[in-house]
Amino acid sequence: MDAQWINLIITVVKIVVVVFIFMLPLVMLMTLMERRISAFLQDRLGPNRVGPMGILQPIADGLKAFFKEDIFPVNVDRFLYLMAPAIILFPALITVAIVPFGDQMSTYIGGHLVNLRFQIADLNIGILYFVSFASLGVYGLVVGGYASNNKYSMLGGLRSSAQMISYEIPMGLAIVAVVMRAQSLSLNDIVLSQATTWNFLYEPIGFIIFVVASFAETNRLPFDLPEAEQELVGGYHTEYSSMKFSAFFIAEYSNMIVSSMLITTLFLGGWQVPFGIMEALNLPVIWEQLIQILAFLIKTGIFLFIYLWVRWTLPRFRYDQLMNLGWKSMLPLGLFNILLVAVQMKF
Amino acid sequence: MLQNILFFVFAILAVAGAVMVISFRNPVYCALSLVLTLFSLAGEYVLLLAHFIAIVHIAVYAGAIVVLFLFVIMLLNIRREERAPGSIKYMVYLGVPLGLVLLYELVSIGFREFTDVYVKATDIGTVEKIGQALFSKYVLPFEITSILLLVAMLGAIYLSKQKLEIVSK
Repeated sequence: MDAQWINLIITVVKIVVVVFIFMLPLVMLMTLMERRISAFLQDRLGPNRVGPMGILQPIADGLKAFFKEDIFPVNVDRFLYLMAPAIILFPALITVAIVPFGDQMSTYIGGHLVNLRFQIADLNIGILYFVSFASLGVYGLVVGGYASNNKYSMLGGLRSSAQMISYEIPMGLAIVAVVMRAQSLSLNDIVLSQATTWNFLYEPIGFIIFVVASFAETNRLPFDLPEAEQELVGGYHTEYSSMKFSAFFIAEYSNMIVSSMLITTLFLGGWQVPFGIMEALNLPVIWEQLIQILAFLIKTGIFLFIYLWVRWTLPRFRYDQLMNLGWKSMLPLGLFNILLVAVQMKF
Repeated sequence: MLQNILFFVFAILAVAGAVMVISFRNPVYCALSLVLTLFSLAGEYVLLLAHFIAIVHIAVYAGAIVVLFLFVIMLLNIRREERAPGSIKYMVYLGVPLGLVLLYELVSIGFREFTDVYVKATDIGTVEKIGQALFSKYVLPFEITSILLLVAMLGAIYLSKQKLEIVSK
């Protein structure tokens, strides 16, 4: 076998491992954690009956969703109604491709020296790939809202389109500041640029802007205006049932996971292990790699917890407050952050 | 070989999307077909190794502009395009000759240049090359454009803040 085929096979294996063995089980775990943590925050027990500590609850939920009747409401736009869950899943799962889980290592596979990266694709355009594909996530919501032919769903879709565009801009500005420091768009270089000090210490404003914007982009509380249960009865997914309804939730949780990973990568040093622990331990390469991946996963886990914590602590914004925050506070702050970082780099 | 197959897949999708944009009666379907076209064009850019333009194409057009189209369509609640029989009649007389002119241009120039471009496009499309070009050869237009955009952004922020004061009076 020549090197090209080996690289192709490695890429396919990486996609299968990351998406099917890592992302989707993590999504299942997140649905459980959401319910457990919300229960702890509200002084309840939460689902704890299926399996030890309720660990099998997501499987029970999944089975339930599969066996529910798949209803097509009477006046829906059948084609778009069917497409919306697919459209929303596509960007949610494809953005994980650029996340660096760890450093690279070289090994011999089939007699060829192969450079093994713990990242599906180290793209030249790097972080821009995330920006553009994350912005496609809104189509699922808009199309779902439109196709349902229901005024609440329609309002949800309408809200999401304006909200996503508004918060993409501050998010982009925060990314610009990170790219300025790293001098590269590639996520690997961004991680390597944080070897000594992590980015959130250099640019705390950018960090806060990015975190807030990613809450808005993933439609999580306090920004879940598109699905606001009290006013819109669930918004864009009101008319959906069974597995199509679940698809919206799988997409939401995968978006959360990818966002947490990107916050980690851009501002918390990615797979870097802090305080020079790596140098002190002086382990063989393979262990070093595994510890770095573990460090990355722990940092991501912390942000996933913060996502849940915020959701069950803060109330929802009003729509005008959401727009004011996006355009009048975060956009000028994002520009100011770029100026600060530029001055910092100059002197 | 794979590149040729991908080229024709994207090309067919782009043309099909463009035809659907003008033939669907439902404006939401038209906007979504436009996304299909833009996406296929981005695929063609990737095949030309112009990664930067491909991803910016998706981010700006598919990610923002068509979302704004959809926002307006849904805000105004345009269900179906009203038929306008009067205007269609003249459009046929005007559209067919113009279409033929465009086809002639494509055949005579487009296909001749195609092989040329395909050979030249090795690394001009990467982020580094575009950055070098922007900050050396085209630095003045680049700076003027960025100042223009900054002024527009500040103007938008200023106007939105001022409106609030008028309301509060």
